[in-house]
Amino acid sequence: MSALLAASDFVRPPIDWHAAAPELTLLAFGALLTMMDIGWLERGRKASSVLASLALLATMVPIITLAADGNDRTMFGGAFVVDNYSLIMKAMFVLAGYVVVLLSTNYIAEGDYWENEYYGLLLSSILGMVLMASARDLITIFVALELLSIPAYMLATWRKRDLKSNEAGMKYYLMGVFASAVMLYGMSLLYGSSGSTLLADINVALSAAGDPSSVVVLGIIFVTVGFAFKVSAFPFHTWAPDTYEGAPTPVTAFLSVASKAAGFVALMNIVFVGLLGRDDVVEPLMWVLAAASMTVGNLIALRQTNIVRMLAYSGVAQAGYMLAPLAVYGDVPETALGAVVTYLVIYAAMNLGAFAVIMAVARKTRSAEISDYRGLFHYAPGLTVAMTIFLFSLAGIPPLGGWFAKFRVVEALIDANNASGVVLGIFVAVNSVIALYYYARIGLAMWGEEAPDGDLSKVDVPVSLVAAIGITAIVTIAFGLGLVVGDFTDVSLVAASGG
Amino acid sequence: MLLNQFLLLAAALFCIGVYGVLVRKNGMLVLMSVELILNAVNINLVAFGALTDDVGGEVFALFTIAVAAAEVGIGLAIVLLMYRNRRSIDLSEADLMKG
Repeated sequence: MSALLAASDFVRPPIDWHAAAPELTLLAFGALLTMMDIGWLERGRKASSVLASLALLATMVPIITLAADGNDRTMFGGAFVVDNYSLIMKAMFVLAGYVVVLLSTNYIAEGDYWENEYYGLLLSSILGMVLMASARDLITIFVALELLSIPAYMLATWRKRDLKSNEAGMKYYLMGVFASAVMLYGMSLLYGSSGSTLLADINVALSAAGDPSSVVVLGIIFVTVGFAFKVSAFPFHTWAPDTYEGAPTPVTAFLSVASKAAGFVALMNIVFVGLLGRDDVVEPLMWVLAAASMTVGNLIALRQTNIVRMLAYSGVAQAGYMLAPLAVYGDVPETALGAVVTYLVIYAAMNLGAFAVIMAVARKTRSAEISDYRGLFHYAPGLTVAMTIFLFSLAGIPPLGGWFAKFRVVEALIDANNASGVVLGIFVAVNSVIALYYYARIGLAMWGEEAPDGDLSKVDVPVSLVAAIGITAIVTIAFGLGLVVGDFTDVSLVAASGG
Repeated sequence: MLLNQFLLLAAALFCIGVYGVLVRKNGMLVLMSVELILNAVNINLVAFGALTDDVGGEVFALFTIAVAAAEVGIGLAIVLLMYRNRRSIDLSEADLMKG
């Protein structure tokens, strides 16, 4: 308790307002959005989605000025860091959020689903993700994780009177809360064995000892299990297909991209800063998770008949590819980090794009069954071409983005120059072939078969969906052609310590 | 310092909580089991904080309590919603989607 008494002569730590500007901008707009509903009631509803997209575009401004400035900034004794890596991830979260707002605009308005609250919660979830990119401290990571998860539980349950949506939210909530409780228990053990919540200090304390104590091993396992739920890695993926199917489709897109990426960002912060010296414990854990996720995810995806469930299982497999570089991070930290970041950004673009097309097609067919995609080319050639790009990119066919992402992963695995890396690389290669089968099956149905009942009426695609498909398709192709590589090859994490 | 006793208590609570989450089918009881795990975490954090005389542990515990309260609020709302729509909070009946 003496420490608490000593803390009474408290002095506010210096605050770098520029570094915190992205979070503060998002917070201010989120508050404005909520107050608009209080002040204007029904009249403000229509403007909600416009204000939400403005908020996200405005948040990009400080991110760009921070990137132009180029200095690494640290605050609060190293608990909050702005560096190259965190800016890339922040920009990705904000842009992914922008695409999700584009996807939501018509869906939420036409379904008459509490528009204002929807966008308010979406913005707070994105705020948690943006904060997560800068978090270098166990408490900050925990608060950011809950800030992004709690609104997401509500969004998954958004269609209140729909039993499937209830069930989706219930499963997501219980799994999420259980995972964060287990993760917290792991964090308490890590805190106990290092005496600090700062990741940089934890690294120093844990690396100093020779063999890891059982408390440290247990702590690392629990923390990893907690995040494995978040990124839906096998065997902690069971919530994902049900939640994806039952939740409103824009929310599914948001969960499968932004929420998964946030889990990865948290995992990378902890692994690359806090556990850099304990690769002897973390690497085997990641190896097993990665190999199991990609194999099981792909095998179950093969026999899905609903395209959303198929994408959920393909998401499990993709999480496996993204975990793979973490299995060799001790040997090649820079390459491994670059590979995961590249994969996350490209995955966000191609998966959001696939969901945008699913939503557009569902406007006509009112279903997400793969059999309803037969003959799509005959009445919606534009959507067919876009869907083919996204699916083949997910499968990893050159010259699309997904190919480049897989290339970076395998490159990191081979660079590690040891047997476990090479074996995992073979796993990635074999799984890519399996995955091609179920992605190509949809392609074949769209291009080669006849439309059911010969119904060739056009699909009415609103402007916002066209914009979403356009943005994601351009990003997917640009990465594949190597037009945007630059910073992604030399990201590094600043391990700031307050001393 | 009686650190071991605190850690053993926390470990016991953690195990009871995990057992409850995995075995119980009643939505409310699962929520209460999660709370047990969170309280195990708090005991751990405060015990470690007192041992090292570091204020971080207590602060972490306060954050955990506050966030857990928010989380349970959402959980109760979802359980209530489920009760309204199907007059039951038995989780094994929530099986519209499978596979």
